[in-house]
Amino acid sequence: MMPVMFYVALSAVLFTIGALGVLIRRNPLIIFMSVELMLNAANLAFAAFASSYGKLEGQIFVFFVMTVAAAEVAVGLALLVAIFRTKHSINIDEMNSLKG
Amino acid sequence: MTFFYLAPWIVFFPVIGLLTNIIFGGRFSEKVIGTVASLASGLAFVVSVLLAYSVAQHPEVMSVPFAQWIHIGTLQVDWTFRVDSLSTTMMLVVSGVGTLIHIYAIGYMHEDVRFKSDLKRFRRFFVFLNLFIAAMMILVSGDSYMMLFVGWEGVGLCSFLLIGFWYEMDTLGRSSWANSNAAKKAFVANRVGDFGFLIAGFLMFWKLGSFQFDAVFAAAPSADPGIIVAITLFMLVGVAGKSAQIPLYVWLPDAMAGPTPVSALIHAATMVTAGVYLITRSAPLYTLVPQAQYIVAMTGAVTALFAATIAVGQYDIKKVLAYSTISQLGFMVAAVGMGAFTAGMFHLITHAFFKALLFLSAGSVILGMERGHHHLAHHEGHDSHGHEDHHEEIFDPGDMRNMGGLRKTMPVTFWVYLAGMLALSGVFPFAGFWSKDEILAEASQMGYTTVYWLLAIAAFFTAFYMGRQVLMVFFGEPRHEVAAHAEESPLIMTAPLMVLAALSVLGGLLNFPGVDTLTSWLEHTLPFIKPGEFMMNVALISTALALLALFVSWLLYGRNPLKVGQPDPLKKMLGPIFTGMENKWFVDEGYKAVFVDRYVDIARFLADVIDWKFWHDWFHETVIAGTYNWLSKIALNNYADQRGIDAFANWLGNATKSLSEATRKVQNGFVRSYALSVLLGVVFILGYLLLK
Repeated sequence: MMPVMFYVALSAVLFTIGALGVLIRRNPLIIFMSVELMLNAANLAFAAFASSYGKLEGQIFVFFVMTVAAAEVAVGLALLVAIFRTKHSINIDEMNSLKG
Repeated sequence: MTFFYLAPWIVFFPVIGLLTNIIFGGRFSEKVIGTVASLASGLAFVVSVLLAYSVAQHPEVMSVPFAQWIHIGTLQVDWTFRVDSLSTTMMLVVSGVGTLIHIYAIGYMHEDVRFKSDLKRFRRFFVFLNLFIAAMMILVSGDSYMMLFVGWEGVGLCSFLLIGFWYEMDTLGRSSWANSNAAKKAFVANRVGDFGFLIAGFLMFWKLGSFQFDAVFAAAPSADPGIIVAITLFMLVGVAGKSAQIPLYVWLPDAMAGPTPVSALIHAATMVTAGVYLITRSAPLYTLVPQAQYIVAMTGAVTALFAATIAVGQYDIKKVLAYSTISQLGFMVAAVGMGAFTAGMFHLITHAFFKALLFLSAGSVILGMERGHHHLAHHEGHDSHGHEDHHEEIFDPGDMRNMGGLRKTMPVTFWVYLAGMLALSGVFPFAGFWSKDEILAEASQMGYTTVYWLLAIAAFFTAFYMGRQVLMVFFGEPRHEVAAHAEESPLIMTAPLMVLAALSVLGGLLNFPGVDTLTSWLEHTLPFIKPGEFMMNVALISTALALLALFVSWLLYGRNPLKVGQPDPLKKMLGPIFTGMENKWFVDEGYKAVFVDRYVDIARFLADVIDWKFWHDWFHETVIAGTYNWLSKIALNNYADQRGIDAFANWLGNATKSLSEATRKVQNGFVRSYALSVLLGVVFILGYLLLK
């Protein structure tokens, strides 16, 4: 059995890639994918620790996270459609109407 | 059997009468109102008779305590009725003559309210009249100077109310404030007198320690005579106000603005004699100080002559009688001033009879003229039923120049007037002869020579102006068509006149020389008086003077009666002197120039300069408002407000603004920069937690 450290390291790498994707990319679809990547990195960590400690809570949290992620994507894509209809663009850098 | 316990009813019967008329009078007819008022006065007369009977049975001063009034330390004033021969004499005169005048007034006011078109005032008149009787009864029955003063002010109030009875018109019924001004004049002149009375009262309490008559009289002989002189002279000021003596008499002629029964009751028979009563009541004080007595006697005598000369030059039937009243009051004041108290009281009683008679007859004459006027107005325009007032010229029913020949149209009034006139003129054997003669006899006997001659000349003038009046009013031919159509008054008015005429004829029997009923009656109260002596030479001189005066008046006014528009024959003979008499010696004008105008000047100065310029403009506007403005502008506005509170508030606003200016850049609207912030924050917090 592989030590838990490997899973955590993989999780950290995935999370970092996800975070960078969110910060760097301009396409909201790619940003959503990066968010999914970060969430799944978190899932991996949950599952790894849960298996390592022999507890179920971590596993259950994974389901929660997956549910939330599905809901988030659904809402996010609906928002994107609405934005595109009004602005005919989905470039994230053009969406700054709420600046102070 | 005595009835002293009934004493309070002399006040309560009139009070019950007036309350009845106030509360229920609205539903009563005129006859019921008049009957209630007359009955109230009549019952007071019955009680007075019972009290007089009791005094005759029990010839001592009786005090009937009724109520406590003021008890403060040594000041003890009670409402106590003093029943003695002097007060019952006054009660009998007041309620007796008062009742007759009440009855007369039922007829008089019935027509007066119709000529003046205000029927509602009929009730008010009788309420006031009963109030007057009540107040006068308090005055004469008081046991102390304070109770006397209560009545004194009460009758003054009634006088004011009744002079101003037709307050919104003048004596001719035109819209004006003349009547109400006359009422105010009477009130103010009486205030001046009351001031004197009050000073006398205060001195009395301060130096003699009481207001109660007996206590004051007991303490007086041992007191400083200077104080007694001061008290008696200040009291004389009060007497001059109430009894219309020089220099305060000016209100009484104007008081004729009141309805004629008022002139008869208040301004001839009763209220104005209150001053004479006061001096008689204070006889023990006056007899202590001969110098004060001399001043009182001279005041009375000078007033008697002065007013008699003015009466000669008057044309208004009531004005002649008004000045005659002042003159006759001068006789009484002179008499009591000399110490001839019986003579003064005797003249007070007979004068109440014949002067009430004369005034009421004059009222009958005036109403007779009014009736004639009304009669003509109805016959001139048959179509004029509602607007008859419009085409009438102003007609004075009291002007003797409009009269003449009334003896044919008003025979009853003529005969009773003649009786009153002969009594006032002092013709033997009418009442006035005996009383006036007693005053003159006392004056000559007591050595008051000046007073005697002043009064004798005044008596001459008296007979002259009365002769002139009767000749102008009742003899000759009517000088105005109204006089030709004058009508006699009804029985309810003439019946009291006949009673008073009988009293005026027979009144001399009250103190017939040698019998001296009144003297022995008053002796119970004033033990030091002695019966006056009948002096044949004095009687002959005064009779001769009276007859001479009547003869002169016949020469001037009877032989060739006055024609329409003809000036008074005396005017040609006396010239400027008659002008002076006609214009009352310009006393009112003099008072106006010396007192009234100066008073107005002072009032104007106080209002314009002191109040407006000083208090308003300077003190209020400049000092108070200016200081306030300066304080708010300089101290508060510039320093505290602008640099303190405002500055803090502005700083707070500016600070908030610049802070938000600085932080608003953070919120740039880019989602990714927010995400970076979140990331950095998480990294920072996690780094802190891991590395600490």
